[in-house]
Amino acid sequence: MTVVAAGRPAPEFTLAALGGRPFTRADLEGGVTVLVFYPFAFSPVCTDQLSVYSELREDFAERGATLYGVSCDAVWSQQAFKDSLSLQFEQLSDFEPKGATCRAFGVLHPGGFPQRALIMTGPDAVVRWSYEAASPGDLPGANLIFDALDGQES
Amino acid sequence: MTRADLSSSPLPPVGPHDHVRGPAHGPLVVVYGDYECPFCAALELSLRELPVRLVHRHFPVRGAHPRAFAAACAAEAAGRQGAFWPMHEALFADQGRLEDPHLWERAERLGLDVARFESDRRDAAVAEHIRADFRGGVRAGVPTTPTLFHDGVRHAGRPDAAALARLANPIA
Repeated sequence: MTVVAAGRPAPEFTLAALGGRPFTRADLEGGVTVLVFYPFAFSPVCTDQLSVYSELREDFAERGATLYGVSCDAVWSQQAFKDSLSLQFEQLSDFEPKGATCRAFGVLHPGGFPQRALIMTGPDAVVRWSYEAASPGDLPGANLIFDALDGQES
Repeated sequence: MTRADLSSSPLPPVGPHDHVRGPAHGPLVVVYGDYECPFCAALELSLRELPVRLVHRHFPVRGAHPRAFAAACAAEAAGRQGAFWPMHEALFADQGRLEDPHLWERAERLGLDVARFESDRRDAAVAEHIRADFRGGVRAGVPTTPTLFHDGVRHAGRPDAAALARLANPIA
């Protein structure tokens, strides 16, 4: 299983946002979206990858990009995780059917959790860029997202 | 409006704005750290025991660590009175006490001019130095704290004992 490649349309999918509201492919349309797939809420790194991205929220906003965290955790776990790190971007849950969206995007780890992966889509919901870490412990820096965001404009 | 360039770039070279500790000819280790991060404090204790030439750069992440930025400013302000490393060590030594009165108390204990410390830590140039460290780290691919660079190679997260041993003795 490999991550969906640039140039391919995003697959149909349904994730749960906070409160259980569905988030689907249609929500990608009209803007630049970065889906940040991560293995588990509260996984044991100190200053988490996601809180570093959160620190850069204004830089993402300047480029018109909206980030979402995606994991197979329940929405309540994601809410607690978001609160504990004061994350400034929304979390989306792939809890039921578990991992279905991760599978559709090609990032489901055989262990039943998302690979650490980044997928950027354009206003047409077509994948502009994707990245899958060599291992779940390998943390992608925000520089990779900025390379993709700034590269696409020229 | 100019956007900050955050695209990939090599590790910024060690320059006059950097804080450097340890033997001049020891192996160079550049650490991106946050004074409120417990793994950074643990790494600091390990590094103190090693004969490495250490460069500390600021990577405060305010969401997870609301006092990290203020603590980094305190270290820089102490640095203007020649006490960067003593403040650096004092901050890591007691991460539960990083509120303003605790910072003043440290400044006093280190024999600093507290009024000067107080105005320096709010200086725009201090904040800019910290932001420049952070952005340079982001561009070099720092994804979390601590992240250290040794021989140009990035190691993100808490290094294990074997990795620490290799820092001091790269041939082994």
